Amino acid sequence: MNSKRKGERTLIGHVFEENDVITLADLCRSCTVKTETVTLLVSEGILDPVGGDVEHWQFSISSIRRVRTAVHLQRDLGVNLAGAALALELLDQIAELKRR
Amino acid sequence: MEYKDYYQIMGVERDATQDEIKRAYRKLARKYHPDVSKEADAELKFKELGEANEVLKDPEKRAAYDQLGSNWNAQQDFRPPPDWGTGFEFRGAPQGGGGHDGFSDFFESLFGQARGPVGGGRSFHMQGEDHHAKILIDLEDSYQGASRSISLQMPEVTPDGHVVTRNRTLKVSIPKGIRQGQQIRLGGQGAKGQGRGSAGDLYLEVEFNPHRFYHVEGADVYLDVPLAPWEAALGASVKVPTPSGAIDLKVPANSQAGKKLRLKGRGIPAKTPGDLYVVLQIVLPSSDDEKARNIYQRMRDEVEFNPRATMEVA
Repeated sequence: MNSKRKGERTLIGHVFEENDVITLADLCRSCTVKTETVTLLVSEGILDPVGGDVEHWQFSISSIRRVRTAVHLQRDLGVNLAGAALALELLDQIAELKRR
Repeated sequence: MEYKDYYQIMGVERDATQDEIKRAYRKLARKYHPDVSKEADAELKFKELGEANEVLKDPEKRAAYDQLGSNWNAQQDFRPPPDWGTGFEFRGAPQGGGGHDGFSDFFESLFGQARGPVGGGRSFHMQGEDHHAKILIDLEDSYQGASRSISLQMPEVTPDGHVVTRNRTLKVSIPKGIRQGQQIRLGGQGAKGQGRGSAGDLYLEVEFNPHRFYHVEGADVYLDVPLAPWEAALGASVKVPTPSGAIDLKVPANSQAGKKLRLKGRGIPAKTPGDLYVVLQIVLPSSDDEKARNIYQRMRDEVEFNPRATMEVA
């Protein structure tokens, strides 16, 4: 366990808290999507940014997961944006039910 | 390398129509999609499925694959025939770049060469993509802090444009107080940049291994504790486990099953730590035991008690 082999140093990352926010640019970068993709997801109600207009949008850290899931569902299952939105909502509900 | 039976993976006959293949893929994709599925090996199944679909949905690749013949069995040792690929033109690497990483050696040996170089000339600089993965830890790791190793399969684009999967192991510090679903960002541990572009980041989503005793909600931890009927009725002090070590729990007299006892601050540690909830369960000694049966019978005859008094059925 304690061997100091090459490349075995312990990495210390940045931990996001639940109420941390990220900018539109960060979200796009992290999910490798274009701004338009995020804008569409916002208009579909999949994402709920705070901050009024696009330039000041700020997204919850859980948005990363939502964007990625929405993109994957569209790419892999051939559903459209509305279908991905529905699936995401149902997944949220399942998670909520499981918590109880 | 292992032969892959794409028809078997897709659950279709070898003479299935393209429509049948598409239907089979969609159905299985919904079942095993890692974002949706709760199947244990969803990720692996989905990857196999994607690979099978990549070949069977494309009439050219399918024809080439069919040419290998149907005498192969899944997992059989396979080497591509020397004249492989002659007369076929595989257009287009897997689309989009993302999502088709980590195909099998079998796939790569048959179709891998067809991919052209990506990215263009030398002067091309681009920051590497961020990668995302899950890291499984134990609840106890969150109580004490830990360092955990994680094995990742990283897709990497070689200079000549091939996508290869590289295994690597990272040792990651798990800070005390981390909760399920939190993200840890490791700067520069994502995909390599191109040209002078910097590397992307790696995001790890924390997930707890299921625990025998505890379940976790946010920062609160729940523990079911079985009690003997007399412990619940008369009150008792019982030893119970907690993630930070065993404690003596005082059970008040007349505790009913389902009662929750809150141990403040004994949940996941933080500035405002979570709580530990002990949920009482009452377990009856079997009436097969003669002594126990005698006592049950005496209670039945001597104790005035109707647990259904509120149900108004007399």
